[in-house]
Amino acid sequence: RSCILVSIGGKNIMLDCGMHMGYNDDRRFPDFSYITQNGRLTDFLDCVIISHFHLDHCGALPFMSEMVGYDGPIYMTHPTKAICPILLEDFRKITVDKKGETNFFTSQMIKDCMKKVVPLNLHQTVQVDDELEIKAYYAGHVLGAAMVHIKVGSESVVYTGDYNMTPDRHLGAAWIDKCRPDILISESTYATTIRDSKRCRERDFLKKVHESIERGGKVLIPVFALGRAQELCILLETFWERMNLKAPIYFSTGLTEKANHYYKLFITWTNQKIRKTFVQRNMFEFKHIKAFDRSYADNPGPMVVFATPGMLHAGQSLQIFKKWAGNEKNMVIMPGYCVQGTIGHKILNGQRKLEMEGRSTLDVKLQVEYMSFSAHADAKGIMQLIRMAEPRNMLLVHGEAVKMEFLKGKIEQEFSIDCYMPANGETVTVTTNPSVPVDISLNLLKREMALGGPLPDPKKPRTMHGTLIMKENSLKLVSSEQALKELGLNEHQLRFTCRVQLQDPHSDTDTLHRIYTHLKSVLKGYTIQHLPDGTVMVESIVIKVSSSTEDPNTKVLLLSWSYQEIYIYL
Amino acid sequence: MKLYCLSGHPTLPCNVLKFKSTTIMLDCGLDTTSVLNFLPLPLVHSPRLSKLPGWVSKDGTLNLEKELKECAGRVFVDSQPEFCLPEKELLDLSTIDVILISNYHCMMALPYITEHTGFTGTVYATEPTLQIGRLLMEELVNFMERVPKAQSATCWKNKEIQRMLPGPLKDAVDVWTWKRSYSMQEVNSALSKVQLVGYSQKVELFGAVQVSPLSSGYSLGSSNWIIQSHHEKVSYVSGSSLLTTHPQPMDQSSLKNSDVLILTGLTQMPTANPDGMLGEFCSNLAMTIRAGGNVLVPCYSSGVIYDLLECLYQFIESANLGTTPFYFISPVANSSLEFSQIFAEWLCHNKQSKVYLPEPPFPHAELIQTNKLKHYPSIHGDFSSEFRQPCVVFTGHPSLRFGDVVHFMELWGKSSLNTIIFTEPDFSYLDALAPYQPLAMKCVYCPIDTRLNFHQVSKLLKEVQPLHVVCPEQYTQPPLTQSHRSDLMLELQPPPMPYRRCSVLNLPFRRRYERVYIMPELANSLVPSEIKPGISLATVSAVLHSKDNKHTLQSVPKPPPVPPSKKRKRVIEEPPVVLAPKPLLSGAVPLEAFLATLQKHGITEVKVEETADGHILHLQAEDTLIQLEEDGTHIVCDNNEPLRTTLRDLVLRFLQKL
Repeated sequence: RSCILVSIGGKNIMLDCGMHMGYNDDRRFPDFSYITQNGRLTDFLDCVIISHFHLDHCGALPFMSEMVGYDGPIYMTHPTKAICPILLEDFRKITVDKKGETNFFTSQMIKDCMKKVVPLNLHQTVQVDDELEIKAYYAGHVLGAAMVHIKVGSESVVYTGDYNMTPDRHLGAAWIDKCRPDILISESTYATTIRDSKRCRERDFLKKVHESIERGGKVLIPVFALGRAQELCILLETFWERMNLKAPIYFSTGLTEKANHYYKLFITWTNQKIRKTFVQRNMFEFKHIKAFDRSYADNPGPMVVFATPGMLHAGQSLQIFKKWAGNEKNMVIMPGYCVQGTIGHKILNGQRKLEMEGRSTLDVKLQVEYMSFSAHADAKGIMQLIRMAEPRNMLLVHGEAVKMEFLKGKIEQEFSIDCYMPANGETVTVTTNPSVPVDISLNLLKREMALGGPLPDPKKPRTMHGTLIMKENSLKLVSSEQALKELGLNEHQLRFTCRVQLQDPHSDTDTLHRIYTHLKSVLKGYTIQHLPDGTVMVESIVIKVSSSTEDPNTKVLLLSWSYQEIYIYL
Repeated sequence: MKLYCLSGHPTLPCNVLKFKSTTIMLDCGLDTTSVLNFLPLPLVHSPRLSKLPGWVSKDGTLNLEKELKECAGRVFVDSQPEFCLPEKELLDLSTIDVILISNYHCMMALPYITEHTGFTGTVYATEPTLQIGRLLMEELVNFMERVPKAQSATCWKNKEIQRMLPGPLKDAVDVWTWKRSYSMQEVNSALSKVQLVGYSQKVELFGAVQVSPLSSGYSLGSSNWIIQSHHEKVSYVSGSSLLTTHPQPMDQSSLKNSDVLILTGLTQMPTANPDGMLGEFCSNLAMTIRAGGNVLVPCYSSGVIYDLLECLYQFIESANLGTTPFYFISPVANSSLEFSQIFAEWLCHNKQSKVYLPEPPFPHAELIQTNKLKHYPSIHGDFSSEFRQPCVVFTGHPSLRFGDVVHFMELWGKSSLNTIIFTEPDFSYLDALAPYQPLAMKCVYCPIDTRLNFHQVSKLLKEVQPLHVVCPEQYTQPPLTQSHRSDLMLELQPPPMPYRRCSVLNLPFRRRYERVYIMPELANSLVPSEIKPGISLATVSAVLHSKDNKHTLQSVPKPPPVPPSKKRKRVIEEPPVVLAPKPLLSGAVPLEAFLATLQKHGITEVKVEETADGHILHLQAEDTLIQLEEDGTHIVCDNNEPLRTTLRDLVLRFLQKL
């Protein structure tokens, strides 16, 4: 499960607020005492962002907002806002009504919590307050899943939530622009896997289902009502059509109809192909797939049943599993990841005897198959995302430590950026080095740009000089002259004069002219002027000539320059 | 900063803004009112139209009977209808970097601009704008291509001839530039250049300018645009609405603090109240049906039609019209109805919450499900067999010059039982009906234009306080027909800058500052000194790097150590050593304190002489003069460099450097 707290530029943001499916006690919710020991969270959090509707990302939300107490904004995309309360309610029913647990949130709390939700659109820049802005990107994974870019001043963080870098039958691939965040926080569920091609996996899946049906077995596919279920339905629907199969496919009741309806209304969030053809043929209207009734489980003959929830930890899928577990002709296909502690996780690890409630045990004889259909990025996908966003630091979450360690090594080697992998409850501090934005006077900038020529020349850097005026919160860079003017200061001229005597029989004007000609020949590359008022100027140094009163052959040279003059070395 | 105005139509604008080395086209509206000068294109052969007499001038000298036909005293061009394009000669359109689209009505000229001018830029629009804009273009092309006309009339465009034609043909402008409709291939190519944006998304253009669309409340995905840099802000307001219909409400607060606000797309019906019109629409519709007549509603396939259908959904039961068939006929009818249901993000709050249930946001889904509303791609095919009367037909084009509506005009025009109800405000209904006269059918004019009226816009401007307003000249005077209504114009202080077709405006804008980033290393090396309470100064010497219109300042790199080379084969060209120039000085040198300092440094024999502007200090032992004045110090010292340096440093102690 995910629940991450980010402090950036003085702002605190909670990223996801997930629940652990494997626990039935307090450990299932995040430990909010890390934020504050007593009282509400509103004062400590600037906003909460939920990446998608899976319960391991939003399951603790009503608990956090209504039971611990948080009244600030909660951001999520429109589809997430639509679907999340239904899943929460569904889960609440299983836990409270069926298992009879107390100390859990109520229906009203879910409603109140959803009132605090502000919907996010893709690529919209939302100004949470004057300094904090967030922007959502498409993440694939499930309908409405988003990655978020969080920015305060010139520091930024990207949080991926769960994402998928390869388009599947109903969703597109995650995408982000080159936003160069200081930190990229990525999930790493499949940190070490490089999954084979999608087509192979699909063929494999269809083969297994087909074989089982042929020998008269029943196939159970535990799924979450929204997401993978729709992809597999599309897959089976087309397969049934092509092979002209007759065995019934059922989808456990309740969410089905509704779920498909969400997909129809949020069709802009699906992949290109579905979006393009939806007017002619809506992919989410299934012909072969019918609603399931509890009594069908005992029907003879082969069938395929999609049942919720996906990890076999409660509800209908668990009931059907118990019924069918004893027959080796039957099969259960786990199309996604299972959290430790769930029955799904146990049977995948090869456990053949399960302890059930009330000390009874269940012998597992049916075939157990695992098919990675859950749409997470694999190692290749994670690397691909890093290449897209070009982060300065990397932070891996939502994965198993050993696998993360492997990926961390790979990332550090390939991109030479620091990679962190904090455990739950651990804090990582990343130091950033932000630049300082300043307003430069256009005159000064244009002067410098003109000097630099039209094309930048990396080999000949040009220095610019100016005065930075710091006034209240504004930083202005202007030329020194302008700074004097703006601050109402008078300029103080510092000049130096030096007398040099030399012997020269010519008249004053001739001497001056000779000096001029001489300097002209010696000082190449300097501006030398002979002015009509009887002076010679070398850049801004003034030279005058006068005869000594005693001896007309002794000339006195007056050299005068200002403090700002750059010395000329000969 | 300059604004080039390429369209004279205030609600179908096309302007080009030059701002900070970028060239931005704002909207790409196609003036379709030109088609009113043409004869309608019938879907099936119309004996009436083909029998219209040709036009010959009164004295018989000018005979254009092949090209011009006369109907009820008006003259029409018998040719495929043509459109008045945005001005192409005012500036080189291939230099346009981006085109910003505000709503789907304002993009209909896009293929003319992107396909035939050497345009290589990007077009920005929201997803609904693109999708529905595509539908409208597709419909237009379809309307034109399914009834091809071999003849193309050109003689009447001759300047000498046009001059002698009766009005309004005589007064039509730039007829030589009028063009026929584009092809589907051109539409696809033009739309492939569109990049999708979401509301409040910040799009960087070449690092110099940031543009961002804002909800404008007028139609699905309609937007106003903010074009800004760090220090300047231009708002482009086009087709906005404050009424609560189906789109997301208008974002007004983001328009605040604009230097310039370009205002286009106000209501074309400033005296008609949309709600009142809607009521009139319903009652006229019910009256006609009850009397056994048919109702024809010429309309666009997207936009107000959604509101009309929603209104009828609530109305038909109470008005006992439950059995009356409603038909929506357009090549894109189905797509338009389907697309309207999938843009939850772009809808008003009310409709959004329906999607969360999940239910379709528009009730026309239910009308279709219960068979009350049927849609067909054209009058041919299924429609002809399923069609029952009396009925209500929604179909295009609102100009009555092409599309299925032409057929219904011919079919129903002769009976006074039938009614045509105009709801679209883009065309004068009298002009639209002219080629069908004489007409027995009843005509009702209920133009529904939800765009801002003058009262709303002046309130809005008061709130957002732009420094300057630019608008079409039509908004700076009352409408011609109601010249006494001074409330139907913009009155602002300072007065708005009016534009017309082909105007080039210099926008009153002085850019003074630009954003530059000081890199951390340099920032750490700066030494600020407080010069006045709360104001500090620091001298900055840095290397300016400019890349992609972004400027950064970095520390001056230390010159690399000269490699020890004893043999000099060639004079090595050393890079010019950059000498830091000395700062400017400010302040004054106080006499007493300065004398004391001199003494401390062993200069004791000082003769002070008072002058008009200050003092002259004569350091007798050193034979040196120091002239101290309020705004200057002059050190006259011969050939004694160490002394001069000492004196300089002593003087500098009393002065501020910047």
